Amino acid sequence: MVGYTKSLTDPSYRGQILMFTYPLIGNYGVASYRNIDKFGIPRYFESDSIKAQGVIVHEYCQTPSHWASVQSIHEWLYQEQVPGVYDVDTRGLTQKIRVKGVMMGAIVVGEKPDKGFELLSKSKKYGEINFVEEVSIKAPKVYGVNGKTIVLVDYGVKNNIIRSLLVRGFKVIRVPYSYTTDEILSFKPDGVVLSNGPGDPKQMSDSVKEIKRLIESYERPILGVCLGNQILGLALGGNTYKLKFGHRGQNKPVRDLENNKCYIVSENHGYAVDGASLENTDYKVWLKNIDDGTIEGLKHKNLPIFSTQFHPEASPGPYDTTFVFDMFAKMVNC
Amino acid sequence: MPKFESVKKVLVIGSGPIQISMAGEFDYSGTQALKALKEERIGTILINSNIATIQTDEKLADRVYLLPTTPEYVEKVIEKERPDGVLLGFGGQTALNCGFELYRKGVFQKHGVRVLGTSVESINITSDRQLFRKTMEEVSLPVLASEAVTNVKDALRIAERIGYPVIVRVAYNLGGRGGGVAYNQLELDEIVSKGLANSYIGQVLIEEYIGKYKQIEYEVVRDYDDNAITVCNMENVLGMRVHTGDNFVVSPSQTLTNDEYHMLRDASIKATRASKIVGECNVQLALDPKSNNYFVIEINPRLSRSSALASKATGYPLAYIAAKLAIGYTLPEIMNKVTNVTSSFFEPALDYVVIKVPRWDLSKFGFVDRRLRTQMKSVGEVMAIGRTFEEAIQKAMRMLDVGFDGLTTELEGESLDEVENALVMPTDSILLNIVKALKLGISVERICKLTWIDRWFVEKIKNIVDMEKELSKVKELREECCEVIRRAKKIGFSDSQISKVTNIKEEEIRAFRKRFGIIPVVKQVDTLAAEWPAKTNYLYLTYGGDKDDVSFANDKKKVVVLGAGTYRIGSSVEFDWSTMNLVWALKRHNINETIVVNCNPETVSTDYDMSDKLYFEEITFERVLDIYDKEKPLGVVTCVGGQTANNLAPKLAKVNVRILGTKGEDVDRAEDRVKFSSLLDKLDIPQPPWAKFTSIEEAKRFAESLGYPVMVRPSYVLGGSVMKVAWNHWQLEDFLKRAAKVTKDYPVTVSKFISGAMEVEVDGVCDGEHTFIGAIIEHLEPAGIHSGDATMTIPTQRLSKKHVEEIKDYTRRIARELKIVGPFNIQYLVKGLEVSVIECNLRASRSMPFVSKVKGVNLMDEAAKALLGIGIEDTDEKDVPHVGVKTPQFSFMQVDGADPILGVEMKSTGEAACIGESFYEALLLAYSAVGLKILKPNHGGNIFVSVSTDSRRDEVEPLIRQLLWLGFNIYCTPGTATYFKNKGLNVKVLHKVSEKKEPNVLSYILNRKIDMIINIPETERLDTFQSVLDDEYAIRRKAVEMGIPVVTVPRVLEEVIQGIRRVKSFNIKSLQEYHQVGFNIFLKKS
Repeated sequence: MVGYTKSLTDPSYRGQILMFTYPLIGNYGVASYRNIDKFGIPRYFESDSIKAQGVIVHEYCQTPSHWASVQSIHEWLYQEQVPGVYDVDTRGLTQKIRVKGVMMGAIVVGEKPDKGFELLSKSKKYGEINFVEEVSIKAPKVYGVNGKTIVLVDYGVKNNIIRSLLVRGFKVIRVPYSYTTDEILSFKPDGVVLSNGPGDPKQMSDSVKEIKRLIESYERPILGVCLGNQILGLALGGNTYKLKFGHRGQNKPVRDLENNKCYIVSENHGYAVDGASLENTDYKVWLKNIDDGTIEGLKHKNLPIFSTQFHPEASPGPYDTTFVFDMFAKMVNC
Repeated sequence: MPKFESVKKVLVIGSGPIQISMAGEFDYSGTQALKALKEERIGTILINSNIATIQTDEKLADRVYLLPTTPEYVEKVIEKERPDGVLLGFGGQTALNCGFELYRKGVFQKHGVRVLGTSVESINITSDRQLFRKTMEEVSLPVLASEAVTNVKDALRIAERIGYPVIVRVAYNLGGRGGGVAYNQLELDEIVSKGLANSYIGQVLIEEYIGKYKQIEYEVVRDYDDNAITVCNMENVLGMRVHTGDNFVVSPSQTLTNDEYHMLRDASIKATRASKIVGECNVQLALDPKSNNYFVIEINPRLSRSSALASKATGYPLAYIAAKLAIGYTLPEIMNKVTNVTSSFFEPALDYVVIKVPRWDLSKFGFVDRRLRTQMKSVGEVMAIGRTFEEAIQKAMRMLDVGFDGLTTELEGESLDEVENALVMPTDSILLNIVKALKLGISVERICKLTWIDRWFVEKIKNIVDMEKELSKVKELREECCEVIRRAKKIGFSDSQISKVTNIKEEEIRAFRKRFGIIPVVKQVDTLAAEWPAKTNYLYLTYGGDKDDVSFANDKKKVVVLGAGTYRIGSSVEFDWSTMNLVWALKRHNINETIVVNCNPETVSTDYDMSDKLYFEEITFERVLDIYDKEKPLGVVTCVGGQTANNLAPKLAKVNVRILGTKGEDVDRAEDRVKFSSLLDKLDIPQPPWAKFTSIEEAKRFAESLGYPVMVRPSYVLGGSVMKVAWNHWQLEDFLKRAAKVTKDYPVTVSKFISGAMEVEVDGVCDGEHTFIGAIIEHLEPAGIHSGDATMTIPTQRLSKKHVEEIKDYTRRIARELKIVGPFNIQYLVKGLEVSVIECNLRASRSMPFVSKVKGVNLMDEAAKALLGIGIEDTDEKDVPHVGVKTPQFSFMQVDGADPILGVEMKSTGEAACIGESFYEALLLAYSAVGLKILKPNHGGNIFVSVSTDSRRDEVEPLIRQLLWLGFNIYCTPGTATYFKNKGLNVKVLHKVSEKKEPNVLSYILNRKIDMIINIPETERLDTFQSVLDDEYAIRRKAVEMGIPVVTVPRVLEEVIQGIRRVKSFNIKSLQEYHQVGFNIFLKKS
């Protein structure tokens, strides 16, 4: 119901058709990309364009109402040439996905359904495409001038991760996902953040190798978020698997196994780290999803390395776990 | 953390009688709490005088005390029962205030009673405005510039500083009672005086007025481990300027962005944590519609109207969870009952939109201010679920049951100016006025500017108006129309609404739709937007989908029971009681699937786990038929949900829906006055003479031949009263000319009004042959006061054996003649030796829970047997050794200007009933339960007496004498005083309001120097059009505002005096003790 401008621009949705379960989408319209905060980052978007490949809604709002809105969701999609379908029984479709799991999809207009199936059979499967390549930054970009330096490895980073670091007084250097350990260390970072991003983490074997090297040669704090969490899990000897139907939404419950505290978090992941695979590693489970026990956070036994599967930066979603960035900041600053 | 092992016996304080701003929602919350405790095998004790509730049924709490929910009686119950815990958050503000007082007096501490859930300290933070402000500021939450004051002088000073307009809020109060917006010193003076009088702690808050801000609420749940979630948020369409109880409330919010939503969510949780709430609370926030500025306005630290709404809107059982948290559980430990796999620590995801629309009954009160402001006036509400906003709002308009087909209306010759003016200050017709404005071509922008309503909502209303226009082009139904009809259905147009626009018959539209597969689908409310398989049968219908969520098994014996819909004056929680009790009885008699249809979020019957299936839906012909088509039940029960459900029966029967109950033609014989009258003649049963006329002249001639007074009932009323007593031809003519229409199509009925007669009712059940007489009920007030406003007693006190036998005989003969199947109620008049029949209603009556509980029988169980054809036994009224008295609860205070005088039209909003070993004991208890302070003899006490004519003064003279003898000071207006002084009574004089001289009655009332007012108006004036300037009115009205009891009926006064004289102490006995029921699961305190 809220957060569509952020979800649609979230690079993690690259390669996916996004369907909203809430039936009314677009009520508060779409703000301008030029509406930026003091760091120069757009307030209402997680990247510079719509990243989802298509949108399915029950109803879209043609006459939005909000002081910050400059256009309707329809106009926005049109402008960015992203197809959207409305008047769909989205609840019915949700039930289908709930039973059959996440599946490949096609939007066909004015054609028989067979055409869709034909297109699907010809196209590559989701897990076979390197979406990170498409959404990662091409050359390093520096945010902020003062403060300790954080290198942010961009697998498809959301703006609010960058902002969450900036508000804590850091200088952020956002680097392409393909950067090697040496390239990362050349900035002499006080901490490293591995961002979220789209796709199957097992596609990312080169990155995993680099991060493994990084862990071996670097003693400063590392924080992983979402795909970053999975990469850290793989790098530290664990395994990942595909969930039958991913966790997506801003109402997910997680529990901190250390102190039993519970939080509502924003989740968006189709893959997860396998708990059993971590048994003989130094990476241990920190947070779990209360509903199905999926691993939602990991902590290194000896090193200042930790990660979350969910999104502490929210956006969209609740702010219950912004303390994750505080933890990271504290580690960097001590 | 598991539950507290030490808590074995818990006291739950109920909310008492229903008033405006405190209604059926507390039956829902209390019932859920009792259920939650029972599951844990914790003994439960309930104190609540609201006999019409489900929670006061013997089966829910181990012990039920039908006693006033005041500190005095609660303490007595604690002394007797020795509970080790108490729940204060489930009985509204009444329970909270009561608990606060008991805590202050050290009663809980003295008896070792632990306050479970939110502590009294936390309650105090949310109630004491200064403390609240300090607490919020400590966690950096923005609060409004405001200050608490305890006198008018300070108020004026602070308002000067903040700048007008300012809003006055009353500390420790409910429903915004006594608060308001002041634009100048004069208004401030008045509002503050009223507010101080109404505050539990004599404190009001002067605050900056932010009427244009959005009013957003969050329901927050927090456990002892500090885990906290928000269950949902709600947006008030009319913003901050209108009390949420009178607002159109949408859930989830529709105009908030992600950042706004989560900023306010975060603030709500912070505020809840800072106040250390454990359980459930409602946080109200104000958001600037043009920026990110916001304020935390208040926290309601208990279950409330909003939480009941949130519970129904999301399917998250808030009250149940809050009770579990109060006894020590944490959120992750409690399962989500919908999935049975996920935990209760989550935030529901909705895939529909919900809207709540209030029901006002303002025309029931004379001289009423219809404007909606910060003091709540509505008496009920409906909730509608849709997949589009338009669908939901149109459903809601129909659910109100005030004659709307949806959100459409015609212009009635209003000018542009008139409509624009109506938009500036919202009244109960604001939505219709927006429709009219759009039809007049006023732009959306201008409407937003005038109403301060967010554009999003106005645009949605415009979609409905545009669709109506489009539909008007449909002249006949052809296949090409499918597309437009389908779109119309998706935005909530009903068949009858389409029929009105297109001039095509409703049946034809339905048939057309079905032919082309334009039918609604059934969707579930499952708390998580279909992400997990849901086990609930909480359902709604919508055109926003292609497939049903559920399948319809046909091998089950199913019965559909229609609930009561919105509460209103005359139909309230008692019909929820009959609905649920019938459902349970049907289950006992082997019905596999009980299906409830209801749309009132304040009810127990709309809890999805109370019946086998719940359709949160309109109780309209079209919708019931939709459900009937899908479910194919054995039949539909229409006789337990009050008037709304009952009115559908003939229409449904006509299209071959099987109605369980009395046959259609027999219903007609009871309802058609002419037919019923000849039936009585045939049975040789007396009735007051009456006749029907099509002109005022004829009516006048008949009235003269009968002799005045007469009762007048037009069949078409323009507004206001549906009937009147006329004491002379002038009144008769005036009423018929001003308030009604008399033509061939709309005849008027005139009947003899027998003044001074006693009114008696019989509640019973018949199976077509045998009659079960529940009870014969006597009214304390003479006939002429609506039965819903009368004080009633079981068993009867003044009837002779002959009367009783005659009434039973008439009852049986009428029931058999009409072949009644199901519950019924017959009203009688008794004057001298003669018993005559007024009317017979073939449905559950308002008094059935009262009868059932006092007598220890369950009329709904008998009704179920009759309806299912099992048959019942011919049974006489059961003898009981105790007496039950039921008294009305009025809410005049909430309705500015309303006159507290009673008449033939019902005005009460609720009721209380108590049981005693004697009539007088029960009477005084019941009066205390509706908030009337019972004066003690020889303790002083000032009574003001105003009696208008000598004949009436004569009548009350002996009573005044007794009051003096009991040690009370009697004050009178000069005229009354002279009369009594001449009779040798020592009374004191107060000047009339209009004399403007001291000592004046008004200043005595305002300074709370008067403890009771006896105001006996002239009989002839009882039902006339009073002038607003009337002295008597001014006195009664001020009395209401100051919370002083007013007695207007001599008969009542007489009994109250007898009671004061005779009753020395009160029995603290539970319902179970009165009925000598064993307590098999009751646990002894270790």
